[in-house]
Amino acid sequence: MNVHEYQAKDLMREFNISVLNGGTAKTADEAVEVAKKLGGTVWVVKAQIHAGGRGKGGGVKVAKSLDEVKKYADEILGMTLVTHQTGPEGKLVNLILIEEGCAIEHEYYAGIVLDRNTSKITFMASREGGVDIEEVASKSPEKIIRVSIDPSVGFTPFIGRKLGYGIGLKGDALKKAIKFFGGLYEMYIAKDCSIAEINPLVTTVDGDVIALDAKLNFDDNALYRQPGIEELRDITEESEQELEAGKFGLSYVSLDGNIGCLVNGAGLAMGTLDILQIFGGNPANFLDVGGGATKETVEKAFSIILEDPKVTAILVNIFGGIMKCDVIAEGVIAAAKSLDLKVPLVVRLEGTNVSLGKKLLGESGLAITAADDLGDAARKAVAAAKGEL
Amino acid sequence: MAILVGRDTKLMTVGVTGKQGTFHTLQCRDYGTNVVGGVTPGKGGMTHEGIPVYNTVQECVEKTSANVAMIFVPPPFAADSILEAIDAGVPLIIAITEGIPINDMVAVKAALKASKSRLIGPNCPGVITPGEAKIGIMPGHIHMPGKVGVISRSGTLTYEAVFQLTQREIGQSTCVGIGGDPVNGTDFIDVLELFENDPDTDAVIMIGEIGGTAETDAAHWIKANMSKPVVSFIAGAAAPVGKRMGHAGAIISGEDDSAEAKYKVLEECGVIIARSPSELGEKMEAALK
Repeated sequence: MNVHEYQAKDLMREFNISVLNGGTAKTADEAVEVAKKLGGTVWVVKAQIHAGGRGKGGGVKVAKSLDEVKKYADEILGMTLVTHQTGPEGKLVNLILIEEGCAIEHEYYAGIVLDRNTSKITFMASREGGVDIEEVASKSPEKIIRVSIDPSVGFTPFIGRKLGYGIGLKGDALKKAIKFFGGLYEMYIAKDCSIAEINPLVTTVDGDVIALDAKLNFDDNALYRQPGIEELRDITEESEQELEAGKFGLSYVSLDGNIGCLVNGAGLAMGTLDILQIFGGNPANFLDVGGGATKETVEKAFSIILEDPKVTAILVNIFGGIMKCDVIAEGVIAAAKSLDLKVPLVVRLEGTNVSLGKKLLGESGLAITAADDLGDAARKAVAAAKGEL
Repeated sequence: MAILVGRDTKLMTVGVTGKQGTFHTLQCRDYGTNVVGGVTPGKGGMTHEGIPVYNTVQECVEKTSANVAMIFVPPPFAADSILEAIDAGVPLIIAITEGIPINDMVAVKAALKASKSRLIGPNCPGVITPGEAKIGIMPGHIHMPGKVGVISRSGTLTYEAVFQLTQREIGQSTCVGIGGDPVNGTDFIDVLELFENDPDTDAVIMIGEIGGTAETDAAHWIKANMSKPVVSFIAGAAAPVGKRMGHAGAIISGEDDSAEAKYKVLEECGVIIARSPSELGEKMEAALK
């Protein structure tokens, strides 16, 4: 799960990780009020959307007067911000963060993430901050300092020193950075983060070490024990269909094509998209009904798939393990009837209770194209989507 | 036996009295697996579906000599159950549970390294040696005994591969689901090594996914160590970039972890590629000739 920058910074304050003072606003007048309250002569107006690259897209502006705060707030609020992470359609900005300015001495990078190779939490820092860190990682990996953290020991001061000296800090700034890194790790563990990325982390001419930006992701599997994090969810940032699907235990991702897919198991669902593409088709979605699907969830899955106006054919691909084919068949029949299905439907059933499932479909009187195996199913679905079946 | 499980397996289910635990334990027993006991704290002393239940893993091991623990405990408590099985010295732990918090698994992984236990999973279908023992949730009837090993990060794709093999009358030695989570107990290389050293396995199907570097690491290991043919499919060639993978996740490897990148390395390392999941059976048939 993702949160906004301002929410991430509120959390960081709880862990005494230094961030700049700021406040959010939904209108330009509110923005001016926030800026007045903060005081000072320089403010930064920042669009709050769940995507990186906001600065390049025009969603971050430095204001040198209250008039400029008002002007930039007006510009940014209501704009559709397009960044490399939003896709070409961009994201509407409904909220801005107004922060006090600071005199930056140098921009660094700090991040905590799971290293899948070692199965350990890994702390990274670099002297090259404020830029795309993936580029630094591929072009000059030696510029990224990495420390694996032993989960039974946790963060100890040497880790802070290794990172701090590694990125060239000394004196007071080093001490502050060590405290900063320790706080970040403490938060990462306490709040079940899956990513904590500070880019840039800055030193100021006044000798402070501050997070200028913050990106936090949280482990969805751990949200049950993080009620405070769940409350931060901004549903306007998430796809309506994906949210709706999630409520029914379905895993759904919208794609660009026209073949709706209903599959059980994440691997088979991905494999189904792959084989459709190999046969020249274009999947409209990834949808895993999971192992515990019922007639009702299958029906729901159909209605979510059909909400996408691009869909010109549907492929149901089920390999019943825990999932029983007759349950799927019942759901398919119920959905086809209740939703007045107009697009062609190709169904491939295999595994547990397959003959019963096929029998139910056969007796339903519905115009269903049965497929013998995975290849046959993909071929028929691609043809159906083109109106050639 | 082929690898990991077989006729010598004495299975205990942790979480045996739950709905899922009960259903699948009985399915395993019906398949022929020797189910010796179960664990549910607070229900020790009772007999559930003919299976003696104990309060702790330790007690179950002492009373029944169970040597494999199947974990069917809900996600909030599953890591604790795995740790309990490690503490009791269970040699093989198979965790079916999906949705265990990642940081819990990071702690489990550290405990595993300091132990003699092996963990398969979590978030996996389990392990089956056809005709001998089934530990997990896979449909037993699609398998047949034989000499092809199967390793996979995905449950249903494993069934797909097994089905295609069985249709061609190519039997399986052992099928191992290593699970779809970013932190798991056993990786591809561990299982490939077991298959390489197993006289009952002639060839291997390896089913990977996008994300991480487990498949490319396995490819290099195969090139250096494997004498048996390996056929591989990587799911997710059509998946959108950045949808599943966190932004910082890819930094660690400093490599591209798309399906295409993995295929490239696998091919360079002499692995037989199936670009479509429907080709796994025929590619294996050809490899065995």
